[in-house]
Amino acid sequence: MIFRLRFNNSSRIAPGSFFILLDLVFIQFPSIASVITVHPQKENNSIHRALEQSVNGDTIMLSPGIYREGNITIDKGICLMGVPGAILDGEMKYEILSISGQHVVVYGLEFRNSGRSGMNDIAAVRCIDASDIMISHNKILNAHFGIHVSNSRHVRIEQNLVEGIPAEEQNTGNGIHLWKSDTAFIWNNEILGHRDGIYFEFVTSSLIQDNISHDNIRYGLHFMFSHHNTYLCNEFRNNGAGVAVMYSNNVSMEQNLFLHNWGPSAYGLLLKDISDSRISNNSFINNTTGIHFEGTNRIQVFHNIFAGNGWAARVQASCSENIFTKNSFTANTFDVGTNGTMTLNLFKNNYWDKYEGYDIDKNGIGDIPYHPVSLYSMIVENDPNCMILLRSILISFLDKAEKAIPSITPENLSDSAPLMKAPAQ
Amino acid sequence: MKKLISYIFMDMLKSRIIIAYALFLLMVSLVLFSLDDNPGKSLLSILNIAIIVVPLVSMIFSTIHYYNSYEFLELLLAQPMSRSAILWCEFAALCAALTLAILTGLGIPSLLYFPGTESLWMIVSISLLSLSCAAIALLISIRTRDKARGIGISLLVWFYFSLIFDGLILLILFSFSDYPLEKFTLALIALNPIDLSRVTIMLQLDISALMGYTGALLKSFFGTAYGLAATTFVLILWILVPFSLALKSFRKKDM
Repeated sequence: MIFRLRFNNSSRIAPGSFFILLDLVFIQFPSIASVITVHPQKENNSIHRALEQSVNGDTIMLSPGIYREGNITIDKGICLMGVPGAILDGEMKYEILSISGQHVVVYGLEFRNSGRSGMNDIAAVRCIDASDIMISHNKILNAHFGIHVSNSRHVRIEQNLVEGIPAEEQNTGNGIHLWKSDTAFIWNNEILGHRDGIYFEFVTSSLIQDNISHDNIRYGLHFMFSHHNTYLCNEFRNNGAGVAVMYSNNVSMEQNLFLHNWGPSAYGLLLKDISDSRISNNSFINNTTGIHFEGTNRIQVFHNIFAGNGWAARVQASCSENIFTKNSFTANTFDVGTNGTMTLNLFKNNYWDKYEGYDIDKNGIGDIPYHPVSLYSMIVENDPNCMILLRSILISFLDKAEKAIPSITPENLSDSAPLMKAPAQ
Repeated sequence: MKKLISYIFMDMLKSRIIIAYALFLLMVSLVLFSLDDNPGKSLLSILNIAIIVVPLVSMIFSTIHYYNSYEFLELLLAQPMSRSAILWCEFAALCAALTLAILTGLGIPSLLYFPGTESLWMIVSISLLSLSCAAIALLISIRTRDKARGIGISLLVWFYFSLIFDGLILLILFSFSDYPLEKFTLALIALNPIDLSRVTIMLQLDISALMGYTGALLKSFFGTAYGLAATTFVLILWILVPFSLALKSFRKKDM
């Protein structure tokens, strides 16, 4: 019961509560728990055999060595642990570990060379129809899918390294893939070289925290139809695009770092058809586009830093009632880009390094509004070929003229009370 | 010939305009480098100013210098020297003075604050741009007898290359936006030395916003060694073609 409670409160769960979990597993079955040790070299000694012998609450301890046992299926509440150097090899053929059932711990193992398939999502570790699972301190190398979770609850994935060898997008699996699950907690993993670092589809009430997802082919983190989730303090760097949040609502995105997501169609954060969400205290640094808004409603964007991006924010005309406050925009080539003249979003009290206004009453708020959309950004939005004229003298003249007498740029899209100094973060 | 080049060169330095120009560039770059912590950004601001000032000064200075040394050139023509040799000397001295100004004004601070291929490439490309402007100015002033008219035309040409041409590109891109214009845009850029050097320098520096399909194409062309070689070649053409035309006019010219 305590176990359940802790997981339900997972949004603020203390890091490193592995031993609490381990204790709980033991406490549930105090009288019969035993440790079965497996050596790879000994006769009649295999993980399969150990699993047959084990009962709920047992621990199977793997000694160092390489285990090539095809697919291993765990369907009872045991703890599979490895001494450093214990390696499970899928020989490029098998799904290495399949977990179903309850109260399973997988700790300290190295998985490598899972099978590959265009038909099935073969993973190094798969949880299906499972609950109260913990996968921690593992290394997963050269897998198709790293950790694949479907139809499961209370899954805790922490401190794993998931490193793939990237191939083409369609032939590479996701690092950590969750489908139709809830109350998952993904903490402090490093994921690289996969298609999407972390992928959520139909996942609710989950928390993603302190992960580093980098050098993935497509997205660092990808949400599809996943509501009421939070991700915070993660780092997304050098991915095809940082994070994509699509067709979801009530997603909280806080204190993440979106760094150097760079390329012809790259974004720090891509929002598509999402609503009622919160983006706060994030840093978007050196991305082609910091945040791309498309079909978004009622999103609060505040206390973020946008620095050195091509576009800090691209807000398509299909967005409404988004609120941008207390953000800091510095050294972006374009602050805000849009493709229409209608403006249903609010910008207020942001800091813009390109602001040229004054503050006579010295209250820290500029006295004239700032128009973050430049004429040139409208031109480029209409015809991307015009990018070739970036920083030409003509363009700076046109921008100045448009600033003085706005005619083409949306007049309503302005920050009526811009800050004179960047807000303290 | 060497003597003549050094004589004309010293004459240019004595007029102090080149020195003032070099000092101005030096001051601007020093100020910009000390203003911003990020030297890449400063380099970009320097580029912004250089792209206006360098062509303007190169054109006007070359034009005025030609007209002011007109009598001296007449005197030289009386000497046993071929006309092309005389114009070569004049142009070589111009090149030396303008390049020297750019090297001191832009080269020293950028290599000091931001040593790297970006700075080097900017200096090379700005110098080539300056020389091509000088060649164009020479062509204009040889073809035009009247000094005021010559300076006027030079100014107009500068205005054309830095403003009107970009306006025309904008117009073309907008009128034919339904067609695939990416490669055509590249070709258009080659028709203007100012745009050409601006785009190539920028692709070394501020590439973040130049992405998208056009950007990728641009970068794949300008960014590679092959693209750099090609743009350098076109910039050199922009020096050689106007100068050879100037040479042709100067040979036939009735002084």
